[in-house]
Amino acid sequence: MSQNQGVMIFGEVVNGQLQAITKELLGCGRKLASELQEELSAVLLGSNLAGSAREAITFGADRVYIVDAPLLKDYQADAYMPVMERLVKQTAPRILLLGQTSIGQDLAPRLAFRLGTEATTDCIELSIDPESGLLERTKPVYGGNVMAVITGEHFPEVATVRSKAYSPLEADVSKRGEVINIEAEVEPPAMRTRIIEKVSQVAEGIRLEEAATVVAGGRGIGSNQDFKQLEELARLLKGAIGASRPPCDNGWIGDTAQIGLTGKIIAPDFYLAVALSGSSQHISGVSGAKNIVAINKDPEANIFRVARFGVVGDWKKVLPAFTARVRELAGEN
Amino acid sequence: MKIIVCVERGADPEAPPASFKVDAGGNRVVLAADVPVVLDPYSEYALEAALKLKDAHGGQVIALSLGTDLPREVIKKALAMGADELVLLEDEAFADGDSWSTAYALAMAIKKTGDYDLILCGRQAADWGEGQVGLGIAEVLSLPGVTVARKIDVADGKAQVERVTGDGYEVIETPLPAVVTVSNEIGEPRYPTIRGIMAAKRKEPVIWKPADIGVQPSEVGAAGRRSRLVKLFQPVHKANCQIIHGETPEEAGANLAERLRLEKLI
Ligand SMILES: Cc1cc2nc3c(=O)[nH]c(=O)nc-3n(C[C@H](O)[C@H](O)[C@H](O)COP(=O)(O)OP(=O)(O)OC[C@H]3O[C@@H](n4cnc5c(N)ncnc54)[C@H](O)[C@@H]3O)c2cc1C
Repeated sequence: MSQNQGVMIFGEVVNGQLQAITKELLGCGRKLASELQEELSAVLLGSNLAGSAREAITFGADRVYIVDAPLLKDYQADAYMPVMERLVKQTAPRILLLGQTSIGQDLAPRLAFRLGTEATTDCIELSIDPESGLLERTKPVYGGNVMAVITGEHFPEVATVRSKAYSPLEADVSKRGEVINIEAEVEPPAMRTRIIEKVSQVAEGIRLEEAATVVAGGRGIGSNQDFKQLEELARLLKGAIGASRPPCDNGWIGDTAQIGLTGKIIAPDFYLAVALSGSSQHISGVSGAKNIVAINKDPEANIFRVARFGVVGDWKKVLPAFTARVRELAGEN
Repeated sequence: MKIIVCVERGADPEAPPASFKVDAGGNRVVLAADVPVVLDPYSEYALEAALKLKDAHGGQVIALSLGTDLPREVIKKALAMGADELVLLEDEAFADGDSWSTAYALAMAIKKTGDYDLILCGRQAADWGEGQVGLGIAEVLSLPGVTVARKIDVADGKAQVERVTGDGYEVIETPLPAVVTVSNEIGEPRYPTIRGIMAAKRKEPVIWKPADIGVQPSEVGAAGRRSRLVKLFQPVHKANCQIIHGETPEEAGANLAERLRLEKLI
């Protein structure tokens, strides 16, 4: 068995805010650490981290390593890799978890390979095998049509965890923990790449990932102009607008509206899916939605297999009447 | 400019969900007989990215694939689309690898091709969806790597890559050679032309065995794996959809609103 001990999570902080995925990782990591009866630590890289470090403790960390340096302000593999490589070698955790995010997807495989171990990405469940003590990683494969359970015998055992697969613990403000500052020590020559520009394309209004109601359209919407009808309904319902991939690829709506395996993972209370077939890759992004409602002209469409309510029909006829009645019910007429 | 594109074949990911089953032992995915084998969609996007660069700057595009019994009619699509050469790591020893052993074999093959400028891979495969092979290659070859590209420009021995992020994209400059993984935002892969298809028919792939790329069979494929598959299983969905009717589609729409109101969803 290995000398490695404890569970470590790689946290993400944006503008001084501990990200939702990090709280979820702490929830997941706490469960594993308790099963192993070992410690849970978190590592935060960037700047302006002290508040987030304390917050990470309230969400379950026993110890937080912070590495605060100007070079680490934005994620860049060449800057983050040497810091993480050194920290992981020094602290030798048994398990290292990252989010299946833009950063986690980029960092986890490199780090695993650099450390001579392996990573499993996009996991939705992690547990400790009682016999071997190894981390069992369950991940959807074939677009979510099949589940795979994977282990490895190299340490640390690295996995990335899908957004919203785990819930955060209730914040416990009385929880105590240790915060340790680490020097970055990144030499500028280690930097091969450089960020020239960062472009934000997030639509105004309610964030898709946080919205309680999401109205989404698919290929069957047909055009940029027609998509506006969905936007109007989303506004009326105080929800956010989303899409399957084809409307993004066709430029009817921005790329950041894409929901699914390679887009956003969302878990609204109410998800209205209009003229999208419900491919397994799309459904991967909404499996946490509480109520899926579908409008589709094809009664055999896969979306009806996961929906709670549905109308079979041409959305161009169904939706305007639906919207009108929603408006009446809201007393806006 | 010499661009190497790693491509793989796989079951058509757009096949209906019921086409994907697991065998009794939970060891293998069993595909319905009518599921076609295709070039993995993200492999096609990576090829498209390479061909766009070739259109703009000239040069050579080499498609590289790994596996056993690679179906020629599928894998030659890379040539039909416009790749100049097709190199196959085709041997039993390469079968059933994980991200690590696959990346290692591909990296060693790339090393053998020599003086390349750019290595492109899909951002992730439709089957295992790991998104690790490109980064593995970058690690083995000690190259910079940029993931999830929506655009790639090359000038003066450097590439400018637009990398998709959660809320937009970032422009990253990297020296060449580098590894870049490509996303669908790069644009629809081109259709092979008739001329391309004819040329692909005539062209035979170059085939390399483990010894040709200087690796032991024990280092690649199933033997070189670091991870172990414990089991596969099928997720269960219980379909439970209540269809809301109406005399007309408009009425059905209004009825849906009423029903959702009762459910307090709106
Ligand atoms: C590795 C990988 C990752 C992927 N990631 C994602 C992802 O993150 N998100 C994603 O969405 N896709 C993703 N895809 C693509 C996915 O496989 C599907 O191609 C896509 O989701 C289909 O989108 P759609 O349902 O809008 O289109 P289609 O499947 O073409 O469905 C259109 C639907 O509209 C209905 N329709 C048409 N006209 C009307 C009308 N007038 N009224 C009512 N209904 C109508 C049709 O009946 C049909 O069901 C991925 C694919 C791969 C291989």
